Amino acid sequence: MKFFQSIGAKTIGKVTAVGRAALMLFGALIAVPRVKNIPLIIKQLYVVGVQSLLIIMVSGLFIGMVMALQGYTILVDYGAEGSLGPMVALSLLRELGPVVTALLFAGRAGSALTAEIGLMKATEQLSSLEMMAVDPLRRIVAPRFWAGMLAMPMLAIIFSAVGILGGHLVGVDWLGVDAGSYWSIMQSTVDWNQDVVNGVIKSLVFALVVTWIAIFKGYDSIPTSEGISKATTETVVYSSLAVLGLDFVLTALMFGIE
Amino acid sequence: MDHLVEVDNLTFKRADRIIYDGISLKVPKGKITAVMGPSGIGKTTLLRLIGGQLTPDKGDVRFGGNSIVSMSRKSLYETRRRMSMLFQSGALFTDMSVFDNVAFPLREHTKLSEDVIATIVALKLQAVGLRGAAQLMPSELSGGMARRAALARAIALDPDLIMYDEPFAGQDPISMGVLVKLIRELNDALNLTSIVVTHDVTEVLTIADYIYILADKRVIGEGTAQQIRESDSELVQQFLKGKADGPVPFHYPAPDLKASFLGADK
Amino acid sequence: MSKYKTEVMVGVFVMLTIGALLLLALKVANQTVATEGDTYTLYAKFDNIGGLKPRSAVKVGGVTVGRVSSITLDQEDFTPVVELSIQNEYSGFPETSSVSILTSGLLGEQYVGFQPGFSFDGVANLKNGDYLQDTKSALVLEDLIGQFLFNRGSDED
Repeated sequence: MKFFQSIGAKTIGKVTAVGRAALMLFGALIAVPRVKNIPLIIKQLYVVGVQSLLIIMVSGLFIGMVMALQGYTILVDYGAEGSLGPMVALSLLRELGPVVTALLFAGRAGSALTAEIGLMKATEQLSSLEMMAVDPLRRIVAPRFWAGMLAMPMLAIIFSAVGILGGHLVGVDWLGVDAGSYWSIMQSTVDWNQDVVNGVIKSLVFALVVTWIAIFKGYDSIPTSEGISKATTETVVYSSLAVLGLDFVLTALMFGIE
Repeated sequence: MDHLVEVDNLTFKRADRIIYDGISLKVPKGKITAVMGPSGIGKTTLLRLIGGQLTPDKGDVRFGGNSIVSMSRKSLYETRRRMSMLFQSGALFTDMSVFDNVAFPLREHTKLSEDVIATIVALKLQAVGLRGAAQLMPSELSGGMARRAALARAIALDPDLIMYDEPFAGQDPISMGVLVKLIRELNDALNLTSIVVTHDVTEVLTIADYIYILADKRVIGEGTAQQIRESDSELVQQFLKGKADGPVPFHYPAPDLKASFLGADK
Repeated sequence: MSKYKTEVMVGVFVMLTIGALLLLALKVANQTVATEGDTYTLYAKFDNIGGLKPRSAVKVGGVTVGRVSSITLDQEDFTPVVELSIQNEYSGFPETSSVSILTSGLLGEQYVGFQPGFSFDGVANLKNGDYLQDTKSALVLEDLIGQFLFNRGSDED
């Protein structure tokens, strides 16, 4: 009996949490376009975007370099090292760019968002906004949400571009793959809609999920030091799992069915 | 008699625990009303009920004659512009300077030019004695200063009602004295109505015009400072004198110690 | 000061993104208007398409003139029908043209090799929706090996 009761209680808890998350997002987005809020979005874009730039670019560079190195040692056995360009580019654009960016974003910006909003709640700043007749959903949540939605695809694009340049650095400059074939075979293989646009769509979906989880976890956290630390951990864990799971679904939808 | 806030037969439950069981309060216009009671009985909850942040299970809260409970979200936000609340921690926005904190409600709710806002902010900060600290960040303020800065922000829009949530908690005697003076002076100078929620008996008895004492989910005593002091209720006297045991028990409700040690409680 | 810095840095961020996007568009995906431009459609029936996929290139002497837009199976004679979208700028191929499925390199991708036929009087040009009559199927490695073994077997007799 106790067993079923605990399952039931957990299920109800989760379902109501999803409901609260949906209500929060709805409340935040219902009155979006206000000119007054644009500076707020820019400020958040700085916090979640610009401050994640360094980690994104360094990771992109190294991942591109490693892929070129690994790819080269495999492809050179078949005399197909000319295909290094498309290999690096396609892996980055379709998979690694959106996914790794989302994972890094969850760790770097998502956790910070949760902690910030959680602490605002703990220090009664959210309540205080409400009492000043300012809706915290619009003032605090909405700008952060839009900044996340904008920043993540931008970061993913930069990640892929830097990765391709990193691949060029290792493949062409160090291992001696022909620069012409690196770019030209890449160009003939990579398709704008199929690869670049689909990658951006992926990262938009990830942006929605990661930002949403991060903001909701902060907004819904128990306002104690323990509650906030738990919420921060959950943000990183849940968003990482959601990103990887969704990545499979999206890949199947975009590339799996012909 | 003119009442700005009326709490009428209000019942509020949190989960299964009853916080208030049919309490009624009246807050007269232009006066300082104190709500006292032991910690943990949800005095802050009462302020949130008045501010419309929580909804009671039964009963009604009226602000200036209009029911807060049945208000639409839009008119609730309209009404909130006429009230403000001073939170226990001050709740200053940590990413803005003191100046911007005080300017915040003005920028949100008015279309005043920056020059006018700067003047108003300077005046409000002058009133709480912090004009010199305008460019400091909240993290650089002491607890008492943070509360005064928050008070300046609370009066920025010239509200009708200010609710103070434990304004004296954790303050040294000097800051406490400053706050007592400020609450009294602001109330008289700006023709405000104030509700002070606290458990600091001595301070409150000096400034409050009318006092409610809450305990055990209901109002156990009310009256002017004089009437309260002379009350013959045991509860009120226990609270005023700070006796450890009395009608408010020292022990949190628990099974008998002997019985639970002998394993008889299951 | 800090507000100014924030705005500058966000500006840099946006410019970086645009730069990266341009790199992807021009250098990586070679996005030109032509790939999105007007095309016309030709059909070809093959016995076996091997590893040909939608989006494989259609080449004339190594120059890409279009892409395979879809591959379906004819419901009546159960042969694969390949739909080719050819860019409008490459038009006027005669009806006698032939297509074959070729492989770039030993293990490379498969593509459609388009061989323009001779044009003489009485031969019209290919139009939108026409079927190419002369097709050569993909070489399937297993068939080749089978043939090779069979031939060897018959040689020894």
